[in-house]
Amino acid sequence: MVEFTLWDILRNLALALRWTVALSLIAFIGGGLVGGALLCLRLALGRKTGRLIATYVGLFQGTPLLMQLFLAYFGLALLGIEVSAWTAAALALTLYTSAYLVEIWRGCVEAVPRGQWEAARSLAMSFGEQLRHVILPQAMRLAIAPTVGFLVQVIKGTALASVIGFVELTKAGGMIANASFQPFLVFGCVALFYFALCFPVSLIAQHLERKPHGRAA
Amino acid sequence: MAALPDITDSQTPAVPRVPIVRITALRKSYGDNEVLKGIDLDVMRGEVIALIGKSGSGKSTLLRCINGLEQFQDGSLTVAGKPLLHESAMAMRALRQQVGMIFQSFNLFPHLSVGRNVMLAPTLVKQRTAKEAAEQARVLLARVGLAEKFDAMPDQLSGGQQQRVAIARALAMEPQVLLCDEITSALDPELVGEVLRVVESLADEGMTLLMVTHEMNFARKVADRVIFMHQGRVHEMGAPAEIFGSPRTAELRQFLKSLDD
Repeated sequence: MVEFTLWDILRNLALALRWTVALSLIAFIGGGLVGGALLCLRLALGRKTGRLIATYVGLFQGTPLLMQLFLAYFGLALLGIEVSAWTAAALALTLYTSAYLVEIWRGCVEAVPRGQWEAARSLAMSFGEQLRHVILPQAMRLAIAPTVGFLVQVIKGTALASVIGFVELTKAGGMIANASFQPFLVFGCVALFYFALCFPVSLIAQHLERKPHGRAA
Repeated sequence: MAALPDITDSQTPAVPRVPIVRITALRKSYGDNEVLKGIDLDVMRGEVIALIGKSGSGKSTLLRCINGLEQFQDGSLTVAGKPLLHESAMAMRALRQQVGMIFQSFNLFPHLSVGRNVMLAPTLVKQRTAKEAAEQARVLLARVGLAEKFDAMPDQLSGGQQQRVAIARALAMEPQVLLCDEITSALDPELVGEVLRVVESLADEGMTLLMVTHEMNFARKVADRVIFMHQGRVHEMGAPAEIFGSPRTAELRQFLKSLDD
């Protein structure tokens, strides 16, 4: 039997952590971009687009991320489209994250009082100007807490990508635990790694939220 | 400017008093509920009009039609000779530069300082430089008595101060017409006066004003013409002395009486 020192455990977990970070970043960036684009479409184009987007949201919120990963990897392969595990994970995580973010952000935009739109419109601002200078700055402040809350979920959700072959933090932890017969120690370390990843994200969010309203002239 | 002649088609250049706002047979409904049932109204440049009436009589809706916050289904509305076209974003942008609006709930942008509230639209819409806009904002804030609040945030101001900032913000776009939608209704009684004094000074300077108001004493003092709206129609219209002194219709008499109770 191979002897595992604590150092071995930590080193291997740290290597696996890279995958968790990479998958999380893909989900954040891809999901944020797609979610933002969907939000703009929905705000600019109105009801009909709204219904289409609601269907999209319902589809991805109503099915487990695990299934989405499966379908993106094996499903597309069955259709004859060869995808790498990276592509499949990026695709599934992006779509999944965007479906939640667009819904969170839409709620935040709707929470900005109607009077703000009306005042901006009365001042002859164009739709884009109203959105960019009046509505989004206020909506973004409201959005920080729920967005970060969800992103922390996504970080932990990336563990599911192990089903399509990613040896990320959780999967690596399982493998090391099996080989070392020290599950408590190993999974304790795994938990600490996740905490080290998620806690700073929450701290940054708190800092952003506490920042005083607007900038002085 | 109290008694207005009927506006006929025989307007000639010799008569300089062309209506700045002309509303013709305007109808507006929400679904089956018709809230404006054919409004005809000409507003002269420099005229001060007070719209009074019970809530639900359509006075606020009429006001909001004039800058396109509400769409109407029938009739026409022109501002400075240009028709209001809802489907044209360009035309609406041009129209709204002519027509400023002040709201009951102030609607200052809470994330921007007072100065930036005033500067925002001129820099975006009129492409002023930040320096020009800041200078203008300082002048306007001084005019409403808030010169020292340039860097304050809206939530640090009293309601009356916020509403005066809102007036300065509307004036920054140099509108031809200013719409005031119950602008003192959300204020504590002791703050009403400071806002009304600013509005009065605007009236004195010749600004065209349309205001929905519950301040009858103010309407009596400042308005050139008072319009009593009832069930989506202009029910009675005339100089303040006539409207308040010798109301002709039972509805207006009843409305005025209800205010005294």
